[in-house]
Amino acid sequence: MRAQQLPPAISIRGVCKFFGSFQALKDVSLEVYPGERVVVCGPSGSGKSTLIRCINQLEKHESGDIRAAGVALTGGSDSLRRIRAKIGMVFQQFNLFPHLTVMDNLTLGPMRARNMPREQAETLARNYLERVKIPEQAGKYPRQLSGGQQQRVAIARSLCMEPEIMLFDEPTSALDPEMINEVLEVMTELAESRMTMVVVTHEMGFARRVADKMVFMDHGEIVETAPPETFFHHPSSQRCKDFLRQILTH
Amino acid sequence: MKSASQPGKPAFLMLISGLALLLSGCSGQWGWYVVNPTTTSGMNNLQFLLSGLVNTVLLSLTAICLSIVAGLLIALPGLSSHRPLRGVNFCYVELVRAVPILVLILWVYYGLPQIADVSISVFWAGVIALALSDSAFEAEIFRAGIQSINRGQYEAAQSISLNYRDTMRFVILPQAIKRILPALGNQLVYMLKMSSLVSVIGMQELTRKANELVVTEYRPLEIYTILVLEYLALILLVSAGVRWLERRLQTDERH
Ligand SMILES: Nc1ncnc2c1ncn2[C@@H]1O[C@H](COP(=O)(O)OP(=O)(O)O)[C@@H](O)[C@H]1O
Ligand SMILES: [Mg+2]
Repeated sequence: MRAQQLPPAISIRGVCKFFGSFQALKDVSLEVYPGERVVVCGPSGSGKSTLIRCINQLEKHESGDIRAAGVALTGGSDSLRRIRAKIGMVFQQFNLFPHLTVMDNLTLGPMRARNMPREQAETLARNYLERVKIPEQAGKYPRQLSGGQQQRVAIARSLCMEPEIMLFDEPTSALDPEMINEVLEVMTELAESRMTMVVVTHEMGFARRVADKMVFMDHGEIVETAPPETFFHHPSSQRCKDFLRQILTH
Repeated sequence: MKSASQPGKPAFLMLISGLALLLSGCSGQWGWYVVNPTTTSGMNNLQFLLSGLVNTVLLSLTAICLSIVAGLLIALPGLSSHRPLRGVNFCYVELVRAVPILVLILWVYYGLPQIADVSISVFWAGVIALALSDSAFEAEIFRAGIQSINRGQYEAAQSISLNYRDTMRFVILPQAIKRILPALGNQLVYMLKMSSLVSVIGMQELTRKANELVVTEYRPLEIYTILVLEYLALILLVSAGVRWLERRLQTDERH
C-alpha cells in the first residue's frame, strides 16, 4: 500500500495504563498510517476509550511509547498542546460548550489556539458547517439542536483545528437511532477525504464501508488486528468470534 | 441568609403590620419626634441618618468586588492536582475564616500601618478587612462552582488545544459564574450587614451615623429602630434582586 511507506501517523508501542491497581491497557501496540481508517471495537470496559484518550493524552500512560503526528508524547504541557492541535477528538457526549453559539464553539479553537483573526476563523467555521451539513445553525446554542446536529457541530469544531488525525470515541452511542446515520454519513465523507481516523464504534456497517483496519480489544489487550474482510469473515480468536456473533445478530 | 424557600406574601404582611403596631403604640416609651420629618430638627436628623447610606453601599460594593477577584485567585490553586498548591488554598481559607471580622478590621486599621509603614484611610481599612474576610468564602463558592462543571468541558477544551488560561476564561468560568451568581448575591447581603462593623474605626456609614445621633439626642430606641429599617430595606431590595436573578438563570437553563 502507498500509505505504508510513510512513517506512521500514530505509533503505539507496548503501552500500559493503570487506574490505581487496575490495569486498563496491557502492553498495547498499534500503528496507524497517514490516511488510514482504523475502527476499534470490543466489549464495554475493554479499554477502547482509554486507548484513544492516551493518543491525545487525556489519559497519561505509565509505560510504553506513543508517537503521534511525528512527535513523542512525553514532554510538558506546551509540546502537548502543539500535538493536540493536530489531533481532533469527538466525544460520545459531544461536549459542546453550552454557553457559546455554534459559531463561537467553532471559532474558539482557531482564534485562541491558532491565533487566527475572527473573520478568517468564521470563514473557516462556515466552511466546515457546510461540510457537516448544518450551515444554517451557526447562530444557535447547542441545546437548541438535536443530538445528531450537536454531534456534527462537535465534528466541525474539531475539523476547524485542521487536524492531521481525528479520534472518535463512540460518536453515535448517545444518539437516538434515527440520528445515527446523519452522523455516520459525515464521518464517511471525512473518511473518503483520506483523513487519518481512529474510530471506536459498534456500527459494524460503517466499519465495513470505511475501515482499512479493524482492531478488537478485550480486557485491556488488542486481541486481533485485521483488514475488514478477514476480520468479519475469518476472525482468528474465539473472543472475537463471540463478540461479533453477539453484535451482528443483535 | 438562605433564600431557599419563598417567604410568602402573608408572612411578610404580618411582619410589616406587627412592626407598624409596635411603632405606633406604647407612646409612653417612644419619642418619634427625633425623626419626625414634619419638624425641621426631625428632618435634619433623618437626613443625617440616611447620609451614611452612600458609604455603606460604597464600602460593601468595593469590598465584594475585591473579594470576588481574590476569591477566584485563591480558588484556582485549590483545584490544582498539585498537593502543595491545594495546601496553600486550604491554609488561606482556614486561617482567614478563623479570624473574627471585627478583629480583622481593628488589626488592619491600627496594626497594618505599623508594619507596612503606610497610612491607611478608614474607608480602605474597612474595604481591605471586609474583602479579606469574605475572600475565603468566595474562594469556597468559586471552588464548588468550578468543580460542578463537567469534566468533558475540560477535555473538549484540551482537545482543541486551549491552554489553561483560555480554558478557564472562555469555557469554565463563564459557566461556573452563571451557576454561582445567586451565591455571590447572598455574599453581598452578608457584606452589607458586616459593613456595620467598620463603624468602630470611625467609618461614616449607617451604623456610625446612628451612633453619633444617639449620643446627641439620647433616643437610642427610635434611632436604632430607624437603623434596623434602613438595613432591612437595603437588604430586602438586594435579596429580591438576587431572587430575580436566580429565576432568570433558571429559565435560561431550561431553554
Ligand atoms: N478514570 C478512571 N478511573 C478508574 N477506572 C477507569 C477510569 N476510566 C476507565 N476506567 C476503567 O478502565 C476500564 C476500561 O475503560 P474504558 O477505556 O472506558 O473502556 P471502554 O471504552 O472500552 O468501554 C474499565 O474497566 C473502566 O472501569
Ligand atoms: Mg468507552
